[in-house]
Amino acid sequence: MSAPPADRPLPLFPVVRIDPRAKLRHLLQTWLFCIAIAVLQYAFEPNKPFLPNLAFSVSIGSFSWAVVDLGRHFFPSSRETGWPDRLPGLVLVLAGIAAGYLGGTSLGDALCRTFGWYGEVAPVHSATDRRSALLITTMAGIVASYYFYSVSRGHYLERQMAEARRHADEARLKLLETQLEPHMLFNTLANLRALIAVDPPRAQRMLDHMIAYLRATLDASRATTHPLQVEFDRVRDYLELMAIRMGPRLSYELDLPQELAQHPVPTLLLQPLVENAIQHGLEPKVEGGRLTVQARSDGGELVVVVSDTGVGLSGPVAQGHGFGLTQVRERLTTLYGPAARLSLDPLPSAPGEGWGGDTHGAQVTIRLPLRTQ
Amino acid sequence: MTSPTAVIAEDEPLLAQALQSELSRAWPQLQVVATVGDGVSAVREALGRKPDVLFFDIRMPGMGGLEAAAQLADDWPAGEAFPALVFVTAYDQYAVQAFEAQAVDYVLKPVQPERLARTVARLKDQLARRQGDDQGLDAAVERLRHLLTAPPTPAAPLKVIQAGVGQGIRMVPVSEVIVFEAADKYVRVLTAAQEYLIRTPLKDLLPQLDPHEFWQVHRGTVVRASAIESVTRDEAGKLHLTLRGRREKLPVSRLYAHLFKAM
Repeated sequence: MSAPPADRPLPLFPVVRIDPRAKLRHLLQTWLFCIAIAVLQYAFEPNKPFLPNLAFSVSIGSFSWAVVDLGRHFFPSSRETGWPDRLPGLVLVLAGIAAGYLGGTSLGDALCRTFGWYGEVAPVHSATDRRSALLITTMAGIVASYYFYSVSRGHYLERQMAEARRHADEARLKLLETQLEPHMLFNTLANLRALIAVDPPRAQRMLDHMIAYLRATLDASRATTHPLQVEFDRVRDYLELMAIRMGPRLSYELDLPQELAQHPVPTLLLQPLVENAIQHGLEPKVEGGRLTVQARSDGGELVVVVSDTGVGLSGPVAQGHGFGLTQVRERLTTLYGPAARLSLDPLPSAPGEGWGGDTHGAQVTIRLPLRTQ
Repeated sequence: MTSPTAVIAEDEPLLAQALQSELSRAWPQLQVVATVGDGVSAVREALGRKPDVLFFDIRMPGMGGLEAAAQLADDWPAGEAFPALVFVTAYDQYAVQAFEAQAVDYVLKPVQPERLARTVARLKDQLARRQGDDQGLDAAVERLRHLLTAPPTPAAPLKVIQAGVGQGIRMVPVSEVIVFEAADKYVRVLTAAQEYLIRTPLKDLLPQLDPHEFWQVHRGTVVRASAIESVTRDEAGKLHLTLRGRREKLPVSRLYAHLFKAM
């Protein structure tokens, strides 16, 4: 399916592209509907002739159809949804009804007179006749418009869903790609190879962490949530691998209060944040530093803070536009809407640590609704 | 003949250790005189110990292997034999391609004994040929120049520099800029009359500048070509630029000295 890119701006005057086959289909559907109304009218008043009913009904329907079905393409929003939004949509339907009533009754009357469908005596239309014609036109116009509106809306939603599914697949693939970054993989393997020769038990432990890490990454696209404890375990696997690679340059601390351990969180939610902290914060820093992941509850919210004492914020990462952050943010919005938030800040210098306000580093804070189950 | 010496620069301790032990097997005479974990220390140790061989990791904190080698080439005293350079990388397809094209030796991590043996043979050969001349430095500079010149990315040329001044932002037209100079975490932007600091790294700025208008003359310096008044050579053989409208004298790196030749 080749949907147009979502970020293309809509032109001021939309190019009206009308599919003649779809229009013909709509017209035929409208006529069928009109015939049904005429038959219904005839059933209620069998003493009146059928043909005028039909002539009036089809004429009114055709006028309304022309105005509404053709007119709706001249509104900007109709390009996406097939229908204009709100007020323009309402005005269009009212215009269709008015045109149907005024044009349709005149045409129907003219047809009946020309072809003699009234019979011997042409009727003089009473005010009551006109009122009931207007009522029928209005009701039928609204019903038919609603029907066509639902159909186009359905198509639109289907397209949207297909698009969303495509985006999700793309994001999942890209997530996998970043997680299994070749540089990380090959460096870890190189370390593993070195360890096998000098310290086999440690090599074995490293291999176990690596297996857990790879499994978590590959499984992440299947499950949607898991307990926070599991997320912390996966983060620990990754940090263990990095600690072996970076040696004394990396120290880390994970702090998960027992009462939050079983709270469900999206899978691999923290992973990209921890990887960011290592890749952009600590790895480039000559003396390395410390990484902390802390979870706590705060007034009905689960707060998780990932902080590092690395090189601090600069470049596109500083504005929070890195792939990892964008990705986490999008997932949070999809899952929790505005109830979840993510912020990226410079690490505030801790009082009494003697950094003299020169602390570099960054911290990412995630807030999620804490659901008690 | 004294035994050959080497410096290893590798930020991952286990890998440094592994390389050293593989080397001791493949080349027992080679003496590893220093092992360091970042580019800055690598340059310092190399300058201090004048080893015969350098093993530089491509990705290191502070300064990567290529940049460290470039700085070393600049600071290397004239007349001394320049070390043979071997780059070590875990995975970097572009680096590998670049090395293959330029024939500076490289080793892929994890270090395979057979591959290392070939590297050692090549190094011995180079060391034997190198005796007595300082062709080594020129050749190394030539190769580094190619490795460091990234393929030009056709990005839209930058027109305006947005420099934070106090609480606001000053818009500085690029056409007024004379020099971009890397300074710690910042880049100094010099116009004829003013100086601004911006936080965009020089390497991010470079691809956005017109290479005909702006010349890189040093790792940390990019100059408007038309603003260069003269180039002088000092007693040590180093080039310096003087600019129109500014007092500063700017050093020219060995890597970029080829830009300046009398017509």
